[in-house]
Amino acid sequence: MTPKMARIKKIAQETPSIRTFYLDLETDAKPGQFAMAWLPRVDEKPFTLTGTGNETAITVQEKGKFTKKMFELKEGNSIGIRGPFGKGFDFGGAKNACIVAGGCGAAPLLMLAEELKKRDVNLKIVLGARTGNECLFKERLKNTGEIYITTDDGSLGEKGFTTSVLERLLEKEKFDCVFGCGPEPMLVRVFELCEKFGAECQLNLERFMKCATGICGQCAIDEWLVCKDGPVFKSTQIRKMRDFGKFAMLKSAKKVSLQEYAQWRQK
Amino acid sequence: MLETEFCKVKLGNPTVLASGILGTSAELLIRAAENGAGAVTIKSIGPREREGHNNPTIFEWEHGLINAVGLSSEGYKEMEDVWEALKKCPVPVIASIYGANVQEFIEVAENVAKQKPAIVEANISCPNSEKHGQVFGCNIDASAEVISAVKKAVGEIPLIAKLTPQAPNIAEIAKACEAAGADAICAINTVAGMVINIEARKPVLHFKKGGLSGPAVKPVAVKCIWEIYEAVKIPILGVGGVSSGRDAIELMQAGASAIGIGSGVHFKGIDVFKKVCSEMEEWMNENGFANVKELVGIAHE
Repeated sequence: MTPKMARIKKIAQETPSIRTFYLDLETDAKPGQFAMAWLPRVDEKPFTLTGTGNETAITVQEKGKFTKKMFELKEGNSIGIRGPFGKGFDFGGAKNACIVAGGCGAAPLLMLAEELKKRDVNLKIVLGARTGNECLFKERLKNTGEIYITTDDGSLGEKGFTTSVLERLLEKEKFDCVFGCGPEPMLVRVFELCEKFGAECQLNLERFMKCATGICGQCAIDEWLVCKDGPVFKSTQIRKMRDFGKFAMLKSAKKVSLQEYAQWRQK
Repeated sequence: MLETEFCKVKLGNPTVLASGILGTSAELLIRAAENGAGAVTIKSIGPREREGHNNPTIFEWEHGLINAVGLSSEGYKEMEDVWEALKKCPVPVIASIYGANVQEFIEVAENVAKQKPAIVEANISCPNSEKHGQVFGCNIDASAEVISAVKKAVGEIPLIAKLTPQAPNIAEIAKACEAAGADAICAINTVAGMVINIEARKPVLHFKKGGLSGPAVKPVAVKCIWEIYEAVKIPILGVGGVSSGRDAIELMQAGASAIGIGSGVHFKGIDVFKKVCSEMEEWMNENGFANVKELVGIAHE
């Protein structure tokens, strides 16, 4: 589809570095799906959808050139939107679930948590951030289940990693599914823990994208396309991935280490 | 029924993953092969690493796709791992190459030839960069010069010249490429176009103009293939708007021996190759054709 220009109805400051842009646009976005946001003459980038129906929204962390431009936008301005795209979370049968969110990784998990709450799923949430005031969607996530907070600096909750909390939870409890999103090194650890304790997981992965519809091959992780086969992948797929946690493609399609890729993405 | 040959390379069926689609990694090329492609094409390889344009680079409009990816490439020097992984590819691999001038074409062709792809395709017709492609593809002498040079560089490996429908005389260009040593012609590359978002009051592609593909360009492809078929003896890889068995048969009746599928992956999914093949078989059964080779050029009879 061609990008549709959508007016920004409301901008919510979620944390010092993260804002949600509510759009004058109706979608049927499912938890985990994403949209391409276009700033004419600048660029177009994928963002997870953090609301659906007439609450359709994207949540953006100010990081590089594009998101700095996004943060100059005011209510009433417009951006181009293509989407929703991708396969979201598969949460049909879950009764007892755990969510692990690192940094802006809480964005795709919010809609999922609220959907699980509606279905009376017993939910544990592990929310991690650099520092206390960067804990994204803390209040809304609190309303969906039992929340555990970790921060790098110990300014809120437990000082340390989300995965240490996850490990303790997995030792005590059997989850139908562990849903995760965050920095890929964290997700690698989430996957390892789930494998160790025999829990299924679904992880929302990220790669640089172009087409968003499964043809250009830019967002490949081995033979999977993050835009079309993902962005949410299940344990059965992740087990076979060789690039997961190791490699990603630059814009030229050159495959580099995840560290080099992350440095490039910060620009 | 669908087994055929293209430039003496045996194909299980005539469908080919077209260049620029999914061809960024060996794993994706192999996945296309597992989904029925008779051969697969690596995304055009250039002389050095090139990012291409900013997004939007590809999107769907009412009657097809438009793209201006801008020849992004990791460069031939960085592809050892890709070639190694492609040893497991179950179907023939076509290596598409580009350069900004004859010297660059030779450099890429010589190095790519060392990896022994089944076929090399010289992209002398990409509309999406200032320097590359169409300067060659729209001009008889320039096309002949680059094809002759690339043919020398690739030696025994069959060479396809990929042509642009923007040339007013595509059949003459094809003839010149044949005389210069091309073993086959690929037609067509995308058709130049532009889409403006009227609310944004801006072209949607970051590069502003791009190449159209998909259903809208199929009649352009059919006409070009028709003219080339009448002008040359070498086989034609027909590309342009194929996403069904009927589309593929139409291009073959115009004169194509094999069929490239690109946008069809967007419209029908990665298993478009299997779908096209089974639809072709069904049509052939209903219409009394035992071998797909019988379809080539029959609309001319």
